[in-house]
Amino acid sequence: MSVLGLFFFAAIVGLTLYVTYWASKRTNSASEFYTAGGGLTGWQNGIAIAGDYLSAASFLGIAGAIALNGFDGFFYSLGYLVAYLVVLYIVAEPLRNLGKYTLADMITARFDQQKIRATAAISTLTIVLFYMIAQLVGAGALIQLLLGIDYWIAVLLVGIMMTTYVLFGGMAATSWVQIIKAVLLMVGTIIISFLVLLKFDFNILKMFSEMKTVTPAGADYLNPGVKYTNGIDTMSMMIALVFGTAGLPHILMRFFTVKDAKTARSSVVYATWIVGIFYILTIFLGFGAAAFVGSEDIIEANAAGNMAAPLLAKALGGDLLMSFVSAVAFATILAVVAGLVLSGASAFAHDIYAQIIKKGQVTEKEQMKAARYASIGVSALSIILALFAQTMNVAFLVSLAFCIAASANLPVIIYTIYWKRFNTTGAVSAMLTGLLSALILVAVSPNVWGPEGTAIFVGDPLFPLTNPAVVSVPAGFIAGYIGSLVSAKADERKYAEVAVKANTGLK
Amino acid sequence: MEQKALNTLPPQQHDYEAIAASPEFKSLVKKKNKFLLPITVFFLLFYFTLPFLTSFSTVLNKPAIGDITWVWVFAFAQFIMTWSLCMIYVKKANEFDVESESILKLHNKNEGSDR
Repeated sequence: MSVLGLFFFAAIVGLTLYVTYWASKRTNSASEFYTAGGGLTGWQNGIAIAGDYLSAASFLGIAGAIALNGFDGFFYSLGYLVAYLVVLYIVAEPLRNLGKYTLADMITARFDQQKIRATAAISTLTIVLFYMIAQLVGAGALIQLLLGIDYWIAVLLVGIMMTTYVLFGGMAATSWVQIIKAVLLMVGTIIISFLVLLKFDFNILKMFSEMKTVTPAGADYLNPGVKYTNGIDTMSMMIALVFGTAGLPHILMRFFTVKDAKTARSSVVYATWIVGIFYILTIFLGFGAAAFVGSEDIIEANAAGNMAAPLLAKALGGDLLMSFVSAVAFATILAVVAGLVLSGASAFAHDIYAQIIKKGQVTEKEQMKAARYASIGVSALSIILALFAQTMNVAFLVSLAFCIAASANLPVIIYTIYWKRFNTTGAVSAMLTGLLSALILVAVSPNVWGPEGTAIFVGDPLFPLTNPAVVSVPAGFIAGYIGSLVSAKADERKYAEVAVKANTGLK
Repeated sequence: MEQKALNTLPPQQHDYEAIAASPEFKSLVKKKNKFLLPITVFFLLFYFTLPFLTSFSTVLNKPAIGDITWVWVFAFAQFIMTWSLCMIYVKKANEFDVESESILKLHNKNEGSDR
């Protein structure tokens, strides 16, 4: 690690810790801790939402995937982007109008029952845990490569940093770390894209023409099918991407950090523009890496292609740009895992502890204490799991998180807001069916079972698809429908209340 | 940052059923659904058409502009669609805001006269 590299890392760590110190002075209520008091403005929250999307998986993962697989890598960009429309058109405003801190708040606005809150909290915690392990394992491997330190030290380093942000600074610190990182990431991406375009004389046509000859895939590089050859599996992945986003707890939580539905709306608009521009630029990152680093060198550094962007930065801008990009990638990981810890902690401290165990009879001080203990708990658990999961393929953990979010959370969100006949039995069956079908189908999928060396266990998979969304998402919807029909009639008075609140923002 | 009044005051009791049954509210919900549903169906169809075509056909593999194949053009169209629908939503939602505000005003007046 060069002096320059250390300088950038130290600068990012110092800056984020300063932000945390600043935020810690004002984080003295549960509302401040969970949602920054609802005091973020539209553009601040918009950049923070964009930051949540621009995770290491996007920046490093998609750049690498496009570099190695051409158009097939770009599928992720498309899925994540169009997912915004699902969030904006279906979920964002009703969620903001009905909820307080968590997804469970929103569902229990209609069905005030402990079992529903408990089920929602469990599904949130499951998603958070899988997503966290994926991020931490990825982070460990990446920082190991970038800094040349051992895997376990890297995981501990990230773990301690994320716990610090959340524990002392709550949502305010987490949001500002996210905002700072999103801005740095956009700057880095724009610089690299500019340098790539410069190499192609700012001629997009020339760039595409040259891409036909520089990769091992030849002319096929520009067409789909380099990586994804099973059509149904591709469709399934696209279902998980577009519907999963609207059920991810750390994204949903962002809608409670603004003061009303109107601000939630404007933050999604900011986020859509930022993320859209970023995803267009991933083409330049990917193509640039394929052309100026070469697939051999990319695979040699990391088989999944995760080092493509930093290597491209080095090829184009030398050690200075490489160090900057690596430090930004580090910040990216920190910001995303901090958001995850916070959403996991709120599901535990607010839903399970304050509302279920204590039946809502808790003081502000007790809530804060519970939230902080829960943050430590969530962090410690995921650090320990990540230490054991080093050799695991992280792609399947991420796809599992998206799949559970799409299968367990989205059906219940949609039914709660839009379906009069929906009731408690329907809600519980939708969540449990979505959660369990996703978990079980992944457990018997080719991600887990395969020939020696390709998966966790050796053997034949019972389920042929790597992504079960094509089955588990409809399963969640159908279970919610059947559950509602077979049980007692819905409470129409309560639905009237939910419909009025969701549509007008009346409290 | 001042403490939010919402967290400290007990929630006000409103006659939700009366609002839900009012013609103004019903017409707002109807208008919203008439706007949201067709567009949602459209963007989902547009979105899934791309992986469907790439998975089960090769029509998008033909060059469109120079060496840029149709699949990239279609993918770029998804970006344009997302940005446009995003802006359209905001414009429409602002109109709905005006209506929902007037519904709440009317409701407050009615509740006031009951007391």
